[in-house]
Amino acid sequence: MQIYLPIAEVSVNAFVLLGLGGIVGFMSGMFGVGGGFLITPLLFFIGIPPPIAVATGANQVVASSISGVLAHLRRRTVDFRMGIVLTISGLVGSTIGIYVFSLLSSLGQVDLLIQLSYVVFLGFIGLLMLQESLRALNRSRKMAKAGATVPRRAHEHLLVHRLPLKMKFRTSGLYISVIPPIAVGAFVGFLSAVMGVGGGFIMVPAMIYLLGMPTKVVVGTSLFQIIFTSAYTTVAHATTSFSVDMALALLLIVGGVIGAQLGAQVALRLKAEQLRILLALLVLAVAAKIALELVLTPTEFYSLSVPRS
Amino acid sequence: MRLRPLLLALALIAPLPSNAQGDGETVVAGLSQNEVSITARFSGSEIMVYGAVKRDAPPPASPALDVIVTVEGPLTPVVVRKKNRRYGLWINTESVEIDAAPSFYAVATTGLLRDVLSDTDDLRYKVTIPRAIRAVGIAGEAEDASSFTDALIRVRAEQGAYILNQNAVSLTQETLIRTDVALPANLIEGIYKVRIFLTRGGRVIDVSENEIDVRKEGLERWLTNLAHNQPLAYGLLSLAIAALAGWAASEAFRVRRT
Repeated sequence: MQIYLPIAEVSVNAFVLLGLGGIVGFMSGMFGVGGGFLITPLLFFIGIPPPIAVATGANQVVASSISGVLAHLRRRTVDFRMGIVLTISGLVGSTIGIYVFSLLSSLGQVDLLIQLSYVVFLGFIGLLMLQESLRALNRSRKMAKAGATVPRRAHEHLLVHRLPLKMKFRTSGLYISVIPPIAVGAFVGFLSAVMGVGGGFIMVPAMIYLLGMPTKVVVGTSLFQIIFTSAYTTVAHATTSFSVDMALALLLIVGGVIGAQLGAQVALRLKAEQLRILLALLVLAVAAKIALELVLTPTEFYSLSVPRS
Repeated sequence: MRLRPLLLALALIAPLPSNAQGDGETVVAGLSQNEVSITARFSGSEIMVYGAVKRDAPPPASPALDVIVTVEGPLTPVVVRKKNRRYGLWINTESVEIDAAPSFYAVATTGLLRDVLSDTDDLRYKVTIPRAIRAVGIAGEAEDASSFTDALIRVRAEQGAYILNQNAVSLTQETLIRTDVALPANLIEGIYKVRIFLTRGGRVIDVSENEIDVRKEGLERWLTNLAHNQPLAYGLLSLAIAALAGWAASEAFRVRRT
């Protein structure tokens, strides 16, 4: 069934959009990432003009994150205090990011910047997560074989414990300085504005490895924060470049919210390490695809773009 | 001398200056529809272009009469970028801005285009696809500017936006003209200009112009207007829909589970 998108001014198959939304929503519910880093390249691929893909992708991320976060709320796996700290600093970061983005687009080569930052950040984070989670998986296997339980140090001393301005994050079971969460939030907000994504794929590992949050709370808290960052991005795009396509968003959302629910259920049946390995592989796959586009000789050397008035 | 007021009137009606070949042949044309509404389920539209040749004397035996029909969508500027290898990466290194290129362009003819139209008249009336692109002064923008216009035509042709259909116009007894032009689903709003040329021996002897008004209707119209006139309300509405859908899905799955 073909449908004409009013803002994108292209006609696409409605079922393709429902399917795309579903796949991305599934990932979102399963891993606690908004899915922006997947939806935006996929929309480019089916011929949606890039500015509309970026802005509408953000709108879809809002819906799947809300759907996902509600499932986590019922399981009480959202650290609100941490979420609010990350959200506030994230908004500051993304405001700076939007400014830098427009500065760079006036200088040209913003496409290259986006592609390179995808490759660098996705590749780096993907490898880091893969290595760490494989090690964790091995360790728990060995322990199971030896018939012993996994020893868990009750008190790991990271940098976050030594800085001043300590704050209690009860849901996460942390008593740490508020400075690292602020820095992480601002950095992710900045990057996500430049890359046009929610930033969950950076936030999730940052919460685990930098802040030492338990994996159980990370997904819900990350989704909580993403709702606000991507809502902010959606409204910013709608008011500055008129590039949110509501019809496109609606189809992606319907697929996405259903996918997110299914994803959250599947996540319950998987071990945290397995979940992290899968997310790492997914992140690496996207990074590899973008890297190949930059390195392989393209079939068409020329590209067209119609400047939007 | 009684012909003179008539000719004068024709000259006034004719949108393009008549080439006045003295053959006295003119084309009268119409379209199956002058308006196309883009609704949510819009999947393209077939326009029938029909016409007749009016003449006050028997047609000359040779050269043969030919017909060319063109449909031209709204003109927009287009930036064409070219990738080159730098430090092992394929990067956009050169770009050329073409002043005005039609968003859609279709040419249909009764014969091979090179037989039915001379270069001089192509230049004058801008009939063929390369001529329909207004690329004035791009030579200074890049070393090989013509390769950028070639690329524009190639890419748009692959997308189905630029179409050349030779032998697609039927001409019955040198009088009745008919062709069908398929407008694709990916249309943009605006006035689409339809031109019908009569040619003999490659020279244009008459041209008639018609218009198709392509407009968004219903929900499509409403959303476009809202997005541009009240962007904040539109953005907030988008968020509300997202929030509602997210909540509804979550509730639906909870109910199903319990």
